[in-house]
Amino acid sequence: MLSKRIIPCLDVREGKTTKGIKFENNIEIGDPVEMAKFYYEQGADELVFYDITASSDKRDIMIDVVRRTAENIFIPFSVGGGIRTVDDMRAVLLAGAEKVSVNSAAVKNKQIIAEGANAFGSQCIVLGMDVKKVSVSTAIPSGYEIVINGGRKYMGIDALAWALEGERLGAGEICLNSIDADGTKEGYEMELTPMISKAVKIPVIASGGAGTPEHIREVLAEGYADAALIASMTHFGTYTVKGIKEYIHDHAIKTRMLW
Amino acid sequence: MIAIIDYKAGNLTSVARAVSHLGHEVQVTDDPELIRAADRVIFPGVGAAGQAMADMQRLGLDQVLKEAFAAGKPILGICLGTQIIFTASQENNNTKCLGILPGTVKRFPEPLFDGEARLKIPHMGWNRVNFVGSHPVFAGLNGEHEFYFVHSYYPEVSETAREIIAGTTNYGITFTSAVARDNLVAVQFHPEKSGAAGLIILENFCNWRPSC
Repeated sequence: MLSKRIIPCLDVREGKTTKGIKFENNIEIGDPVEMAKFYYEQGADELVFYDITASSDKRDIMIDVVRRTAENIFIPFSVGGGIRTVDDMRAVLLAGAEKVSVNSAAVKNKQIIAEGANAFGSQCIVLGMDVKKVSVSTAIPSGYEIVINGGRKYMGIDALAWALEGERLGAGEICLNSIDADGTKEGYEMELTPMISKAVKIPVIASGGAGTPEHIREVLAEGYADAALIASMTHFGTYTVKGIKEYIHDHAIKTRMLW
Repeated sequence: MIAIIDYKAGNLTSVARAVSHLGHEVQVTDDPELIRAADRVIFPGVGAAGQAMADMQRLGLDQVLKEAFAAGKPILGICLGTQIIFTASQENNNTKCLGILPGTVKRFPEPLFDGEARLKIPHMGWNRVNFVGSHPVFAGLNGEHEFYFVHSYYPEVSETAREIIAGTTNYGITFTSAVARDNLVAVQFHPEKSGAAGLIILENFCNWRPSC
């Protein structure tokens, strides 16, 4: 049967990896290509690069990171951040990424999901969703709202409805990020994740809040997630991908081991 | 030189990168002459069967691939490339395919379950392959290795040709994930995205001397 995936996420700004808490106070932690190689050798199942470079005239730096990564690692990786058009998608896919993720650009123009799926296939298109818990209302019946700009702007869109709409438009996968949980290391959002994952037929990657291997086991088992995104818990050496995999393997989660 | 057939179906650079990383000379091409001149052929592809077959025919590559098979040249099919080697695919209203191998490509039945859990489609991620027999391209691998899959359709080999099945995978159902006949080997997963285990397959293929 299919293994659950462990996916390290590298936030990249102007060609350097960073990691902040709740999208603020980013600090520099390393060369993304070297980190990608390190994670590949450790048995990561996939990687995510999230380009947080502010100015668009520096985006070529990211394309170079993608190209150098693709020459060195032979597992799938996706690139998100600042992808607004089919041409943006083509540039990262041709540089060697397996998938692209769209987030705020899709909120502003949902047809980008369909255009990307038509041009490159659904398997290439990841819908990234940044979500915050709010009170239940007629507009937001699930109690979870789509936000953009790192959680600063509420979009008046229900997260569950948006996930289903993204799937209908042709997204091949959803990367579900809880802004409330992100960077807290207190565990994934355990109401939101199963709600979305059970509602859609496409795979869901849980993101935000991982602090211990037990959090990962929890979201993959009780949270019904197909994959778990990790960042700070391995970036600083607190845990290793191998160690996390051994833990969840010992706790009845099917995971790819390097034998 | 190893030719990677470029019939405009998806991103072929990852296959080329993996093969050249292993130290082999590789060319991504839609030029029939280059493909005829190649020592080996890789036939990859991502996308839908209907468009893929239309592009193969438009570029005249359907005949080139059949010739290469008949000439005994080592061929490796990957993912969609593997699917359209068969007789037909259910995708895009029963697409007639190359017919090099007997069988039909079918969509995973829905809903698909593993015990209580509803399985998602596409089958996306890492799964095992139970290798049947001991084909040289799969030397050094066993049922513990995992490979990266992304697909909603799978090949179903004709009852009369089940000896070509070289590997099976379980995802709610047991489906054929590797086939081999004479100088042709084809896999449903992506060896170029399957880490060290996938690189073993590519390296084995690059050194393979079919004995037919």
